[in-house]
Amino acid sequence: MASVQISDVRKSFGGFEVLHGVTVPIEDGAFVVLVGPSGCGKSTLLRMLAGLENITSGTISIGNRVVNNVQPKERDIAMVFQNYALYPHMTVAQNMGFSLKLRNANQQDITSRVKKAAEILALTPLLERFPRQLSGGQRQRVAMGRAIVRDPQVFLFDEPLSNLDAKLRVAMRTEIKELHQRLKTTTVYVTHDQIEAMTMADKIVVMHDGIVEQMGSPLELYDKPDNQFVAGFIGSPAMNFLNGHLKANGQVYVETEEGARLPLATAPTASDGKPVVYGIRPEHLDLASDGIEAEVIVVEPTGSETQIVARIGKQDIIAVFRERHDVKPGERIHLRPRASSAHLFDKDTGHRL
Amino acid sequence: MSTVQTSMPAQTAAAGEQSLWSRLRASRNWAALWFMLPAAAFLILFLAYPLGLGIWMSFTDERIGRAGVFIGLENYLWLWDDAIFWLSVFNTILYTLIASVIKFAIGLYLALLLNRHMPFKAMIRSIVLIPFIVPTVLSAIAFWWIYDAQFSIISWSLIKLGLIEHNINFLGDSTWARASVIFANVWRGVPFVAITLLAGLQTVSPSLYEAATLDGATNWQRFRYITYPLLTPIIAVVMTFSVLFTFTDFQLIWALTRGGPVNATHLMATLSYQRGIISGRLGEGAAIATAMIPFLLAAIAISWFGMQRRKWQQGSNND
Repeated sequence: MASVQISDVRKSFGGFEVLHGVTVPIEDGAFVVLVGPSGCGKSTLLRMLAGLENITSGTISIGNRVVNNVQPKERDIAMVFQNYALYPHMTVAQNMGFSLKLRNANQQDITSRVKKAAEILALTPLLERFPRQLSGGQRQRVAMGRAIVRDPQVFLFDEPLSNLDAKLRVAMRTEIKELHQRLKTTTVYVTHDQIEAMTMADKIVVMHDGIVEQMGSPLELYDKPDNQFVAGFIGSPAMNFLNGHLKANGQVYVETEEGARLPLATAPTASDGKPVVYGIRPEHLDLASDGIEAEVIVVEPTGSETQIVARIGKQDIIAVFRERHDVKPGERIHLRPRASSAHLFDKDTGHRL
Repeated sequence: MSTVQTSMPAQTAAAGEQSLWSRLRASRNWAALWFMLPAAAFLILFLAYPLGLGIWMSFTDERIGRAGVFIGLENYLWLWDDAIFWLSVFNTILYTLIASVIKFAIGLYLALLLNRHMPFKAMIRSIVLIPFIVPTVLSAIAFWWIYDAQFSIISWSLIKLGLIEHNINFLGDSTWARASVIFANVWRGVPFVAITLLAGLQTVSPSLYEAATLDGATNWQRFRYITYPLLTPIIAVVMTFSVLFTFTDFQLIWALTRGGPVNATHLMATLSYQRGIISGRLGEGAAIATAMIPFLLAAIAISWFGMQRRKWQQGSNND
């Protein structure tokens, strides 16, 4: 196990810079998730950590060693690929033991370590099968097995669950988290799925367009997003954003173009009349007689909760209720945001106010 | 067919007839048969029939202009005692073996090279194909000049460089002649091997190499444990074809040496042509050609059983 330091790392392909100075400290034994939309540079960063891409500038260190010019095999890391990258011509046991074989470990040692890893991952009955004869979830476990056999300093996961169906994905999520709690190996996990990030991470790093937007614990990011991007990215259904102007003359609220008044608990000083974006999470809206008037567009029951898409003026808003309200499309309802849970962002910069 | 009992057998029969026709019309296999027929007819007419005729002819004493009679194994018994026939068998095996090994080695090397990222990749790949697309006789004539006893560019260059004093008699000396035809065959055959293996290489997922790199594999180990095993099925196919083409080679030899000097480059195919067509002894020529069949079947059998053992290719690919 080791800590990882990513300091001011940049990456250019040709003249095109895709990472603009990324700094991420990763504590020993932490489970860090890099999350962001496609093309944000998260996979590139992971591949640089693995040594599969060169570092244009900045430094990456594992433990206390700067690894910029260290060969991948000398970095003592193991990686799980999105498509698993299992060797199709080797059995499960051979796949898992391959790295040990390359290091000239003796056969007895290889067998015992493969057996131990197989037990952890419930792969023992499959050891003599070929990858083609396995299901998606089993292949995923073999890929993890190949990583843990080596007992590396750091585990790297590159969107490992995106080839699995929804149900299996949830199950494997739990398995990976459990595995981490058991092995306590420093883990860097890349995904575009914020739910994976929220459920698994000790620390989430939200990336966007080659920069780090925010990092912190899942609930920190959820409760106090630094900017509008993070606010919109974390949470499902996503946070509602309503454009308006801040009113801070005595009573504080945000007034939308349509004249609706969105309540606020506090307002930043000297900001009267400022154009802002009012953010409110779907679960922080209540049905009330005195709220903002909205027209119901779609009602989506999921069983445990009900999502209502409604329209305020020209802006759509999603509300989620644990209770089962009997509303129909076309009906007019009143939604009241909880003032203490509202977020306020600068309209121009997107920063939290 | 229906198993339901009915009290009206006449109607059932009518219904059965109709259903047979409608079943035929709906049957994909029936339609497939019709789609297959033209190709099958073509193959039977132009491949199976001449092959059968050739084998039959090898049991007769047919000559050009005179129908033969069945003489059993006489042609083969005659060949059994024929030193030139055995020399041609030896030449063919030598030619095939050496040329195939070199073609495989160079072809694989070129494929690995072309699989890398490099400038002008598409252009270099097309250039590699040139020997393959030039008509055999044309390239044979070019080689004929290159190997010419007096005007050889190789001899000329070496003399100018001061490495030798006299022209090399490429096609006049038996060892040089064998080496020369093998070289020409390799030159022609390498692109086929290289391009096919390149196609095979491109089906190997790059993430396998990355995984192997992280697992600690060196360049050589990546080739030995990943590339080579994953390429074996395609190697088996391409080398089977290469061996078959080389074993049955005729054009290149005929254009370059006509089997000379002193039969040193006579292959079974050229000897068969010389005896059958030039000398007019069709039966004997057919017997020599037929004698190639067991060798070819053996080559196919080796690759077939070599490929069948690969268990990892079996099983479904979907999750």
